[in-house]
Parts: sequence; C-alpha cells; structure tokens
Amino acid sequence: MKNSSPLGMILALTVTAVVIGAILAGFYQLVEPRIEANRLAEEKRAIFSVLEGAETYDVIEREVPSDKKGGEIIRIFRGLDADGRTVGYAFIAEGPGFAGIIRMMVGLNFDLETLSGLKVMEQVETPGLGNKIGEEKFEGQFKGVAIRPRIEYLKNKKPVKPNQIQAITGATISSKAVVDAINKRVETILSVLGPQAAAGEG
Amino acid sequence: MTSQRTLFQEFKKGIWAENPVIKMLLGMCPALAVTNSAVNGLAMGLASTFVVICSSAIVSIIRRFVPGGVRIPTYIIIIAGFVTLADLFLRAYFPVISKALGPYVPLIVVNCMIMGRAEFFASKHPVVPSILDALGTGTGFVWVLVVLGSIREILGSGSIFGVTLLSERIYTPWVVMILPAGAFLSLGLLIALINYLTQRRQGAH
Repeated sequence: MKNSSPLGMILALTVTAVVIGAILAGFYQLVEPRIEANRLAEEKRAIFSVLEGAETYDVIEREVPSDKKGGEIIRIFRGLDADGRTVGYAFIAEGPGFAGIIRMMVGLNFDLETLSGLKVMEQVETPGLGNKIGEEKFEGQFKGVAIRPRIEYLKNKKPVKPNQIQAITGATISSKAVVDAINKRVETILSVLGPQAAAGEG
Repeated sequence: MTSQRTLFQEFKKGIWAENPVIKMLLGMCPALAVTNSAVNGLAMGLASTFVVICSSAIVSIIRRFVPGGVRIPTYIIIIAGFVTLADLFLRAYFPVISKALGPYVPLIVVNCMIMGRAEFFASKHPVVPSILDALGTGTGFVWVLVVLGSIREILGSGSIFGVTLLSERIYTPWVVMILPAGAFLSLGLLIALINYLTQRRQGAH
C-alpha cells in the first residue's frame, strides 16, 4: 500500500469526486427529460382514470395558506368533455400511511357533492394488506361517495350511508390514512372552487 | 493467496463456492428486502451486478493511484456514482420497476457485497480478473435473488413473474411470505438446504 501524504489523499478524493460528479451531471442532463415525461404521463393517466368522460383538462393553480411559511401552491385539473363542459376536478391528495407517504389522484364531480374516482399513485403499505388500497376493489368504492359531511370508513361492514366506504380488513390504518388525506384535501379544494363554481351556476 | 487461478475460476467461484448471499452472507439487505417477487429480485440483481462490475473495473484501474488512507471513501464515491447512474437509468426507462424497488436502488451503495469485491479483490488484482470476479459475484447474486423472489412470490401471491400459477380459489396465498418474515424464513431454509446438500455430497466422497 502506498504511504499516504495528506496532500495525496486530498488530491485523490477530490479528483475522484469531481470526475464522478461530472459524469453524473452529464447523464442526468441526458435522461432528465425522459424522467419528467414519465412523471407527466403517469399524472395524465391518473387524471383521466378519476375523471370519467373527460377528453381534455386544464390546470388551475392557486396559492392556499398552509402550515408551511408562505402558503402552498395547489394544482387542480379541470376535466372537460368533448363539448368543453366541466365534468369534474382532479387533484392530488397525500398523507402519511402505515409505512410511508400515500399519494393519490382524487376526482371530484362537477357538482362538488361526490367523488368521481380515486387512483393511488404512490404507496409503500404492507404487501398483501395495506397495499390493497391500490386495488380496484378499494379504489372503486370512492366512485360516487358523498363528501358531505365527510367521508367515513366502516370496519367489516358494508357501507350504509352515501358518505361511507368499507375499510380493508386488517389494514384499517392504511384505509383511514386514505380517507383522512382525502377529507383534508377536499376542504382546501372546495374553498378554492366553491365561489367559482357557485358563480358559474348562478 | 495462490495466483494460479484461471480467469474462468475467477468468474465461477462467485456463482457457487463463494456465492455472496448463500455462502458469504453479504448483501443481506437487498436480498431480504426486495425479493417479494421474482421480477423485483431480478431487477435488483441486475442493477447490483452492473454496479459491482463497473466499480470493480474502476477500482482496479486506479488501484495504484489511490492512497491507502482514503481508499474506502474513494471506493464509496465510485460505487455511489454508479448506483446513481443505475437509479437514473431505471427511472428513465423502467419507471414501473424503479417504483417497485423504491429506496432500495440508492441503497445498493451500502451493499457490502460490492464494497467487499472492491476491497478484497479489485484493489489487488488487474482489470480483467476483477471484472470476471465481479461478473461471477453478480451472477451469483442474481440467481439467489430470483430463486428467493420466486419462492416468495409463488407461496405469497400464487404467481411467478406476475403470471398466476395457483388460482385464489384453490390456494390461499401465505401473505407472510411476501412480508419481511417470509424473507428470513425463505433465506434461512434455502441456506440450510444448500448446506445440507453440500455436506452430504462431501460425506459421500
């Protein structure tokens, strides 16, 4: 082994770090557009899957107050049908699940009374239990569910009221996380859309 | 160390005799964490193989220029660089697999199998044997991960590579097999079986 002078060690580490850094920067430039395109394509798929009948959508951006300093910019995707009528609004809701952040696309009907769909985009819940939130059987329950007074979940019982869904057996925490995140986000979305939608109808 | 090993032996030893997972018990974290399905095991195996080959090659090339005192940090920078390349590549071209593997791709950096090859082999040998050594180790890693992933997927989900083998009507999946406990059970029993077979074969001679 070569004996190590301080200067030699500094030089070796610096050169290695600079060379590797340069290679990574170059490669990132190369693939970044593709990664971004993948992300957008996924977002687009999720929007159309929660807004039935939508042909196109436009984006509404609003700044809302939040816990973070300076507020938060939320994006609402307004789905439009072939005749340009609003079919509903899609937005992203996220919240802590059992194992990590659950991120999902939520569809709200144009009447702002019921949900039109749910698509879980990111989750790391327990395989075989909590990760069933990403299955059609669970997601499908949110289609047509009433958001007033708020969405509720039932354990091991079929829903009786229009604002109820059934939690996944053995994964109440994951189910609750989904419901809580949606309820919380719906409030914000309604506060943004409320006056606008009312003005449109009046 | 006898330097009379042929190049083919350098390649072959990682597959069985010095297999990183079942013989040396290296790289346990990915071997246990991501093998809940065969395809995840395969993807993790291939990504790790890419990293171990590239980093062993570079470590071998620069082995005369790196001062002993900073060799480990240097190896880590090199390994981290290739891991980031692999991560970006998966995110750009295989987004579904990238999502399934999640944080475990960046964690290849701390896979001791890769550090092990760099420190014990590549830093002391020329480039060609180092690459073959890494290739053999990587191959050994891939097959064990695919076998583990297959066992767990068949028992835990009733399918293999996403193709349903056992319909839910006749077979209730053992959910535990795709949970962390299933990883320990499968790996432990696999190693026990291999040790048993090895001992029996030695006993017969």
